Amino acid sequence: MAFQIFTYILHKDGVVDDTAAEMAAAAAKLDPAASVTAIVVGSKTDPVCSSLTASFKEVWKIDNDALAYPNSEVIRGLLANVIPKGSIVLIAHDHFGMDLSPGLSVKLDGAYLPDAVGFEGIEGGKLKAVRQEYSGQVSTHVLCDISGGAVITIRPGSFTALAAGSAGGSVVDKTGDALTSGMPGGKRRFVEVIEAEVGDVDITKSEVLVSIGRGIGEQENIEIVNELAKAMGGDVSCSRPIIDAKWLEKSRQVGTSGKTVKPKVYMALGISGSFQHLGGIKGSPFMVAVNKNPKAPIFQVADIGVVEDLIEFVPMLTEKINEMK
Amino acid sequence: MDILVCVKRVPDTAENEISVNGSGTDIERDDLVYSVNEWDNYAVEEAIQIRDKVGGSVTVISVGDSESEEVLRREMAMGADKGILISDGAFEGSDGKGLAVILKTAIEKDKYDLIFTGAQADDGAGQVGGMLAAMLDLPYASLVNFIEVSDDKKIKIGREIAGGQQEIDEIDLPCVLSIQTGINEPRYVGIRGIRKVASVEIPVLGASDLGIDQGLVGSAAAKVSRVDYFMPALGKGAEILEGSIEEKADKLIELLKSKGGIK
Ligand SMILES: Cc1cc2nc3c(=O)[nH]c(=O)nc-3n(C[C@H](O)[C@H](O)[C@H](O)COP(=O)(O)OP(=O)(O)OC[C@H]3O[C@@H](n4cnc5c(N)ncnc54)[C@H](O)[C@@H]3O)c2cc1C
Repeated sequence: MAFQIFTYILHKDGVVDDTAAEMAAAAAKLDPAASVTAIVVGSKTDPVCSSLTASFKEVWKIDNDALAYPNSEVIRGLLANVIPKGSIVLIAHDHFGMDLSPGLSVKLDGAYLPDAVGFEGIEGGKLKAVRQEYSGQVSTHVLCDISGGAVITIRPGSFTALAAGSAGGSVVDKTGDALTSGMPGGKRRFVEVIEAEVGDVDITKSEVLVSIGRGIGEQENIEIVNELAKAMGGDVSCSRPIIDAKWLEKSRQVGTSGKTVKPKVYMALGISGSFQHLGGIKGSPFMVAVNKNPKAPIFQVADIGVVEDLIEFVPMLTEKINEMK
Repeated sequence: MDILVCVKRVPDTAENEISVNGSGTDIERDDLVYSVNEWDNYAVEEAIQIRDKVGGSVTVISVGDSESEEVLRREMAMGADKGILISDGAFEGSDGKGLAVILKTAIEKDKYDLIFTGAQADDGAGQVGGMLAAMLDLPYASLVNFIEVSDDKKIKIGREIAGGQQEIDEIDLPCVLSIQTGINEPRYVGIRGIRKVASVEIPVLGASDLGIDQGLVGSAAAKVSRVDYFMPALGKGAEILEGSIEEKADKLIELLKSKGGIK
């Protein structure tokens, strides 16, 4: 039996998000025989919809001025009105997908499989998928019974994007069906978006970043990293726990909920390598990881690994660099 | 404002190196240090701060085995008024939906204005809050990093979105919110605080106390189940520098020089 698969398309300012092509790849991996429909919700979405017809046979559009900002409480209600029960819905696992999807799986009465990073086939109505737990320290295989439909969120970057083909798809306007009983989700009302604070240093422009994570241990230890950054001629950035502890300004955070950086060299000191952190590092820098845990996931993506206590290693490195200069 | 916070006892990843056991059926649990899920701790702190400002109560609830009592007690030492432990062999193997059903049944026994969960826990799923809201037909917001209680009908919240931006919404009460780290600075809990609540009774409720439809929970009802654990292999893997700590530093400096890492 071929599945009916829907993928929810993220878009902004008339441009389709990179994850759309990844969702298409995930759908093809899940079931090559499936018919895949893209769903676009928003306001003035025609350019978005027509660009998707190259990759999808069918593009469903739900368009209304009141949908200019993606409020997942509203969108969940709209989707539940149009997506038939028993379908499989693929959504990117980001701040929007996390908001929308668990509740959508309840509305559609299907299984919920969050943050999948791989698919390994279907057996007897059950999808075998790969997930990660404990911030990526271990992986798991899970079986998800998709026979009665499922909502699956996909980790961005985990499926290689499908190149846009020549699907020659068509756009179907579903706005009327979605809005049959008015605009849903009125109990949560969007007010505004507050832009990110601007800090003293713009880490998105730095060529050399010396980045610290929870492994720094204590606030006073940051000094040894400041000195290393100075010796290397770079800037200090960090992972999220450092921001949560208010040890550095928010503008220094690298990751999906922080800044996207493109340095030439990235030093990850005491950072485990969660996908939310790695999601903020672009342009394949030369990456060095210093971590006392030889199994830390960061060692899988770094170029060079140093298994040491950073509190000992960093001052030594700084001293040697300064001597050499 | 009566606030319920759902909390989970998890291995503390800041304290432990997590690895897979010999047969791949579980993580290696010997010598693990457990604590309250980091996100839940922020949620409890937020609930306490709201209660201290506008009055009301904070209840912490956990679904788990008898050892989960220790995290309830810890959160009560922080300042939560009441703890509820939900424990029953029949709940074992529940998936996210099963857990949401269990919590929903318990929540319906009382009346709460605000229900908090952490944004996610050790399995990175982040699912229970959103499911709970849908099952209770309440509005939901995830990744909440700011709350302002304006009146008793609605509150103002901030959600963390991409790139350090924040989405501001107004949401009607009662509602379910998943709380993101960094929303506050959770207070420290000392041994003395824990001792103070050591003898407070924490009720333990099972499936029959809650009147749960057993067909909706446990492994038989679960549509999602874990098959095995394995160590991930994401990339090509780093070249690990060998030698003494000094030799590693020397090698690294040579590499950094060649890559423009020392200016
Ligand atoms: C919606 C959402 C968005 C998020 N956005 C971001 C984001 O933008 N950026 C981000 O960074 N995170 C983000 N996170 C958090 C993310 O999931 C991880 O919790 C976080 O990245 C972990 O930071 P860490 O690696 O510093 O800490 P940990 O995972 O605790 O790792 C600390 C590491 O330090 C090592 N270590 C400890 N002591 C030493 C020592 N003395 N010497 C050497 N090594 C040592 C340990 O072995 C460990 O590997 C987000 C989470 C969510 C849910």
